[in-house]
Amino acid sequence: MIPVLLILIPLLTGLAAFFMKNEKSVRSWALLSSIMTMVVSLLGLTLLKEDKYLQHQSDWLPALGSSFSVKLDGMGQLLCLLNAVVYPLIFLATWNTSYKKARNFFALMLLAQAGLMGVFLAMDALVFYFFWELALIPMYFLCSQWGGEKRIQVTFKFFIYTFIGSLFMLIGILFVYAHTEDRSFDIAAFYKVVLSGKQQNLVFWLMFVAFAIKMPIFPLHTWQPDTYEQAPTATTMVLSGVMVKMGVFGMVRWLFPVVTGASYQWGDFITPLAIIGMIYASLIALRQDDLKRLVAYSSIAHIGLLCAGMFTQNTIGVQGVMIQMFSHGINIIGLWIVVEWIERNTGTRKISELGGLAQTAPVLSFFLVIIALANIALPLTNAFVGEFLIFNGILSSFTKYYVWFTVMAGICIILGAVYILGMIRKVAYGNVNEITARVVDIKFNEKLALGIIVVVILWVGIYPQPMLNLTSDLTDSLINKFEVLRHVVPK
Amino acid sequence: MNALILSAVFGVIMMFSGIMLKQKSIVRNVAIAGIFLLLLVNILEMGGTVFFRFDSKGMIVFDRFALLFNTIVFISTLLYLLLSARDMEKVGINYGEYLALIFFILCGITLTSSFKSLLILFLGIEIISIPLYILTGSDKRNLKSNEASLKYFLLGAFSTGLLLMGIALIYGAQGSFDTGKISLFNGLPSPLLVAGMMLLLFSMSFKASIAPFHFWTPDVYDGAPTVFTSFMATIVKAAVFIAFIRLFDEAFGVLQLKWQLLVAIFTAATLFIGNITAVFQQSVKRMLAYSSIAQAGFMMLSLFAMNADAKEGLLLYVTAYSFATIGIFAVLIKMKDYTFDGFNGFAKHQPLLAATTTIFLLSLAGIPLTGGFLSKFYMLKAAMGTGKHLWLVIFAILMAAVSVYYYFRIIQAMYFKEGDAQPVDITPVFKWTLVVLAALVILLGIFPNLLLNWYYF
Repeated sequence: MIPVLLILIPLLTGLAAFFMKNEKSVRSWALLSSIMTMVVSLLGLTLLKEDKYLQHQSDWLPALGSSFSVKLDGMGQLLCLLNAVVYPLIFLATWNTSYKKARNFFALMLLAQAGLMGVFLAMDALVFYFFWELALIPMYFLCSQWGGEKRIQVTFKFFIYTFIGSLFMLIGILFVYAHTEDRSFDIAAFYKVVLSGKQQNLVFWLMFVAFAIKMPIFPLHTWQPDTYEQAPTATTMVLSGVMVKMGVFGMVRWLFPVVTGASYQWGDFITPLAIIGMIYASLIALRQDDLKRLVAYSSIAHIGLLCAGMFTQNTIGVQGVMIQMFSHGINIIGLWIVVEWIERNTGTRKISELGGLAQTAPVLSFFLVIIALANIALPLTNAFVGEFLIFNGILSSFTKYYVWFTVMAGICIILGAVYILGMIRKVAYGNVNEITARVVDIKFNEKLALGIIVVVILWVGIYPQPMLNLTSDLTDSLINKFEVLRHVVPK
Repeated sequence: MNALILSAVFGVIMMFSGIMLKQKSIVRNVAIAGIFLLLLVNILEMGGTVFFRFDSKGMIVFDRFALLFNTIVFISTLLYLLLSARDMEKVGINYGEYLALIFFILCGITLTSSFKSLLILFLGIEIISIPLYILTGSDKRNLKSNEASLKYFLLGAFSTGLLLMGIALIYGAQGSFDTGKISLFNGLPSPLLVAGMMLLLFSMSFKASIAPFHFWTPDVYDGAPTVFTSFMATIVKAAVFIAFIRLFDEAFGVLQLKWQLLVAIFTAATLFIGNITAVFQQSVKRMLAYSSIAQAGFMMLSLFAMNADAKEGLLLYVTAYSFATIGIFAVLIKMKDYTFDGFNGFAKHQPLLAATTTIFLLSLAGIPLTGGFLSKFYMLKAAMGTGKHLWLVIFAILMAAVSVYYYFRIIQAMYFKEGDAQPVDITPVFKWTLVVLAALVILLGIFPNLLLNWYYF
């Protein structure tokens, strides 16, 4: 019941929004819809695991062995919650941004939310693939229609990249499907599939490419900074806050449990890639003058850490990834809200042209500092919990090179602090210039959105246990699979 | 057999209606009513009501597959006429004759979907081809149309020669035209049979514009009047494919090992040439010609796989492909400028048309929620099911990704570029037929069983 509602509410309200006339009413409609989704998602949290209201299954293509099967498990709860919480925040914070053809904009945003919900809920590989693509299409139109100057080429690059990736994933899915016992796309059947080593490698790479592009992992990240820069900021929030999590999520649900052996073996190859990406992105971020690009590169660095955390394949690391997926989504959206506000009110994103916002916009700067500190994982903030656990995971992982991995990733955390704090110094402090002198501090709607974000940051930072409980049984079952392997093939 | 007889009768009726009826709108309505009738009697035949029955000595068999395919063809033709019949008036003065030729082609199509004897296959193919030569050249004063017609005729006649030669060799080897008896032999197949089969493969590949026999396609599709290109590239192509798969399933199924690799190579070549060349086109019409080659490459996967999935999937594929392509051509005919730039700013003036065109393009590109995705999915699944030549599946996927490039160029032009593209002569009927067509494309993408269940029940 609840999973179906989570998909249907944004889907139907989104379709309805196409036909609304008044721009103001479309805004309220979108906000109302997203709040409804959030309430449903919170309701889902109150139910016990495996409750009958948390799952739904109906026939779809029986001849193919595919059924419309959706379910809220722990990880699904976490990501659906993220998706549901983020949308009202986005709509609130961008309440005063005006769009040409607003009804299409909000309709597409809601459709994207429906697609994302479907990805997180699907328990059938074909349904998963459907929603995986469906989340992409509205994004393509959003970025190409409302984006910056170079939007058409940049978005197209993004689209082709992800589309190729997902097609490879489709072959992977079909390959696994061809080896299931009773020819079924059901997730349980996928988990039971037995593949030889060679076949595992094939499936692993076919599917990993899709997830790696989505996250993105070095060297497949080249679409990301451009797209984040050119897309309208509300869309960038969805892209970086929720959509990149699809990659990590896909690995946990559809890759690791299906081809455990190959995932275990390729860990030593992929973790260095992730770490190279982190260092590379951090170094570039150091030299960025454009606020949007700075946040975009910092996002690559954070996602790289998530990937490295995934491939620790132990309980601590994976739990860290889970909570960090949520935290990163919240934090980066906080940053985007601030960036969007600065761009809208000063007309520039250049760090070198800004300065002294702490004097002219003290409330904004207050929020900016807290969110930025959360972004560099200061204790008491949510990202600290996640990153601490991930580092712990890397240190206690079974690879030979764990010291190297920890040190290199640690350097990136330091670099992260350097560029984020440098950005704060240049944007919020320093002298007021003619651009920043005439800004007026944030209004109620932005205060509310940023306030909620700060509350979430502190709450998860101080008391993360409920969230860890949510995903513990999933990580346990996943880690058990790897533990078995570890005894057979020690690294 | 209802549709077979009635389509021929209606062809004759249309020829006379061109003389008898003064008003073109009445001629058009007679034709639309005729197609509707054909659809009706065909659906009735699926339910077991046969009005015309004659003994064909087992040369024609209207089985489930044939009847369902005929239904698809008649629905497509109905929609095609509703959308584009008015535009045929602009081609020339012989309005009634154009419609008559279309009915004769439909008669040929009912033969190619139901043949059990190679002679009927030959008849069907010829009944389709000869009206097509005429339709291609129907724009008499246009040099390109004449050139296309001549080219098509000469090459088509040559490939028909190959077809006949192949049939003759097979008759020499097996002593029968019956597709069921061709595959009956002990031990190794005779070289004569294999040679005949290869000739049939080549000539059918020509008709279906499979590389390396595709060279006529872009010129003919580009030269022919756009209304008729639409018909040729969709319904006729689908019919040839159905004949193709029927022939190789029934007659040469046992010889699969002999032709499978060759078909795989043809498939890969078709996909490659169709997609890569389409990328470089400046004219949407020519792009659609190459895209039809590319889509034919995907349909070839069903021939390559030749299992239960393949036949089912091909029905779905031709439906989704025909619907989408008919829709795009219908919009293209209304445009003044056939280049990509001609679509600039289309969405601003015609949001509804742009939205439906987008759905068709997404379907051709194989994006989920449209019929195009599930049909491509079926093809890949069928090819995967053979367990051989995995490279072909991966290659097909890569080419599908390439195809996104040229389909999305139209979407980009319509929505994101500034311009003043104004279609001419849009009627409410046209608009609503397009909406219905788009709805069908989406319906196929969510509930393909609505179509495929007919195959079994």
